[in-house]
Amino acid sequence: MLKFTAEHEWLKLEGDIATVGITSHAAEQLGDLVFVELPEVGAELTKDGNAATVESVKAASDVYCPLDGEVTEINQAIVDDPSLVNSDPQGAAWFFKLKLKNVSDADALLDESAYKELIG
Amino acid sequence: MDDKTSDHTALKKTPLHALHVSLGAKMVPFAGYDMPVQYPAGVLKEHLQTRAASGLFDVSHMGQVIVKARSGAYEDAALALESLVPVDILGLKEGRQRYGFFTDENGGILDDLMITNRGDHLLVVVNAACKEADIAHMKAHLSGCDVTPLEDRALLALQGPRAEAVLAEFWPDVTDMKFMDVCDASLHDVPCIISRSGYSGEDGFEISVPAESAEQIAKALLEDPHCMPIGLGARDSLRLEAGLCLYGNDIDTDTSPIEAALEWAIQKARRNGGARSGGFPGAGRILDELTNGTSRRRVGLKPEGKAPVRSHAKLYADAEGRREIGEVTSGTFGPSVEGPVAMGYVPTDFAEAGTQVFAEVRGRYLPVAVAALPFITPTYKR
Repeated sequence: MLKFTAEHEWLKLEGDIATVGITSHAAEQLGDLVFVELPEVGAELTKDGNAATVESVKAASDVYCPLDGEVTEINQAIVDDPSLVNSDPQGAAWFFKLKLKNVSDADALLDESAYKELIG
Repeated sequence: MDDKTSDHTALKKTPLHALHVSLGAKMVPFAGYDMPVQYPAGVLKEHLQTRAASGLFDVSHMGQVIVKARSGAYEDAALALESLVPVDILGLKEGRQRYGFFTDENGGILDDLMITNRGDHLLVVVNAACKEADIAHMKAHLSGCDVTPLEDRALLALQGPRAEAVLAEFWPDVTDMKFMDVCDASLHDVPCIISRSGYSGEDGFEISVPAESAEQIAKALLEDPHCMPIGLGARDSLRLEAGLCLYGNDIDTDTSPIEAALEWAIQKARRNGGARSGGFPGAGRILDELTNGTSRRRVGLKPEGKAPVRSHAKLYADAEGRREIGEVTSGTFGPSVEGPVAMGYVPTDFAEAGTQVFAEVRGRYLPVAVAALPFITPTYKR
């Protein structure tokens, strides 16, 4: 199941694990990324807290954690090659995997049509 | 992520505004103008294009101002302007340009500018954000001179190693120009003023054109396959790699020219013992600093890791953040350097290239090496 946030993150839910990334819309708005900083595996993140940082030539932007949970895996490939986030934001360029504290919290997030409506 | 929306309604437009929009530029407010920050190619490609071939920038937001003595004599205009800038303007030859800055009574920098001897008058180019204040400043202090902003002209910058070849298609004499030469030219029968200078660290030109012909000239230059439109994003990363100051970031009224390592722009004639020593605002402090040095200096900063270190990041002597020693004034990712680059101010005993300092980024203290500027090798045609 695919969910979205108003802060332009996407989540792919499989059981109690959510794979998190930034949307194509976000990647396009940010422009060419040159640096990505990810959380550490094992980090306990809270909803709307800072989870990662992405930087373009122009500026640094925060990526927020969409739900409470523990980081179980990070995608080193986007740290090594940040341009992957621009070329495949909703596929190969996922950011981290999160073991959700309360899976049911995901119900309150946006579905794809609601997100598309949001970004117009 | 945060979406920042801006009010574009009150913004001014340059004569190339419609062209930017038609080229798909992302427009942002800058110094009161609606300006292109990038085109569809994006900042990285635009930057690398300028270093590899050539890029066309709209810098029409900058102020182009004529300073002419009522006597009609260049010398009178030059001497008048010398009362506001610590630069040898009397000794500037006709058709030559020099970098300079307006100083204040405390020896701070009010703005930086380019100054050209145009035979019987001066042409100065000032920053967009400062131009109203600069014009008022000149009008108030340049008695005996008429200070006339050129409101009906655009300014294009054509920068990069292919810039000469691109321009030569329209005007073959361009090959005779050297760095900082300025002359009149006709492009497609449009009278232009061309200087061989810029803000990218590359060879290149700035072309002053009548507003009504700006789009025609820009389109003609962009037809060359070696030329692409470049936005303010790449303009900033290019100038930072080239070690050039951005007014408001790296220099302002709180920095003196000597602290800013700009003493090269103060010629012998204006220094102690020179033919026209002093005589500009803040001369006491600035001439003293030329002799005795300053307690802090603007330096290049090369972060040792991959994370960009941005303006306002605090600098420390130690990796624990105990002793704060300065601040980053500009910082970005340098596409040609393929890594982060920055500049900022450190105490003079930290200013030697190779000295390690630490920059605070998101609560961590990242190692940064003081580095010689520029970060790239300029291709100016001397």
